[in-house]
Amino acid sequence: MARAPRAVYKVRVADAHDLGGRAGFGRIAREAHEPVFHARWEGRVLGLVYSARGLGWINIDAFRHGVERMDPARYLDASYYERWLASLEHVLAEAGVLSPGYQAPPRPAARGVFERAAGAPRFVVGDAVRVRSRPSGRHSRLPGYASGKRGSIAHARGGYVFPDTNAHGEGEQPKHLYTVRFSARDLWGNDAESNASVCLDLFEPYLDAAASAAPEIPRDVA
Amino acid sequence: MSRDHDPTSHDGEHGHEDHAHDDPTSRQIALRAEALEALLVERGLVKREGIDAIVARYECEIGPLNGARVVARAWSDAAFKQRLLANARGAIAELNLPLGGESTPIVVVENSPGVHNVVVCTLCSCYPSALLGLPPTWYKSPPYRARVVREPRAVLREFGLELPATTEVRVWDSSSEIRYMVLPARPPGSEAASEEELVPLVSRDALIGVALPGAPRE
Repeated sequence: MARAPRAVYKVRVADAHDLGGRAGFGRIAREAHEPVFHARWEGRVLGLVYSARGLGWINIDAFRHGVERMDPARYLDASYYERWLASLEHVLAEAGVLSPGYQAPPRPAARGVFERAAGAPRFVVGDAVRVRSRPSGRHSRLPGYASGKRGSIAHARGGYVFPDTNAHGEGEQPKHLYTVRFSARDLWGNDAESNASVCLDLFEPYLDAAASAAPEIPRDVA
Repeated sequence: MSRDHDPTSHDGEHGHEDHAHDDPTSRQIALRAEALEALLVERGLVKREGIDAIVARYECEIGPLNGARVVARAWSDAAFKQRLLANARGAIAELNLPLGGESTPIVVVENSPGVHNVVVCTLCSCYPSALLGLPPTWYKSPPYRARVVREPRAVLREFGLELPATTEVRVWDSSSEIRYMVLPARPPGSEAASEEELVPLVSRDALIGVALPGAPRE
């Protein structure tokens, strides 16, 4: 059978990038006096990615989704900028940017501006929430380790572009964003380190209201 | 042939050890990157000088010194600190730092005896680049991203930072476009230091939350 031209890619998201809480990783390797770029091509790739976003060819969510669709083994093995290059090649081709006659958008959206009006928020600071399941096969900013877990709204951040639709060409569909605080015990159970917590930024559609009192769940000291 | 067209010319350019980048795979990646850039240049979609400018900005202009200046100001000026914690973007704009046109929302989280903050991005490698420059490789590595949410005290210990049990370790997982930077506590013994003298005490790692700021020189 003929080999697919770009075996780096799978059709489905394999979630290799969803690393939070995964076991089996060893020590964190650090490099003394690390240069900004380890090779010339890394800087060129960074420049191309920033240009592609700044000039409005692709949005950051589609770009991230491109990274996430890499073959899982390749994803974990690849260097950071290798992932960027793989996504850039793939996503630019998908967006038609590499086709002859491509016309760049006349007025590119400003890079790095993601705040949008999103109507009335559903939650307020202090509300107890439970996180829904991470959607499979699509781009999402819901880390798997928070799925099904209970936390409380620590900050209401206002409306933002919704990555889950923006990555798939389905528009910005702005949603309210919240910082949700979880005790380590609620996330990791009895394995949790003492007196630790995680704050995560989660979009409103990721969240359900939870009962405010949960005496059966042990609380952290803090 | 100009250096821009020679994908092998990176050797020795930075004068650092380019191990693991001279193997056939890395050569192939360099060639792919060059081919993509050449195609986009040929189509008139990007200019090489535009890419040069972005590279130079992150190599020379934008680095952790930005974040250190913000922290030194916050340590020296209580009213600034309040503005910084309430609306970081607005307060940082007062300092006229070279932020490279980045306009991502920034939230600054303050360490106190009761709370120590540490920043990660478990889904990719989001990082407050406007204030800290590009992230170090360890920040982007699977072990850091996997472990720091689950065992932050063990990870901090690996970095040489042992925190009292009474201090809550609060991990900020940057899962949205908001970028987090830590405001460390002013180190003991630095009371007499001027704002300028405080700047070099603030390391990149202290702004991520895996270290504490240095002690002032005697």
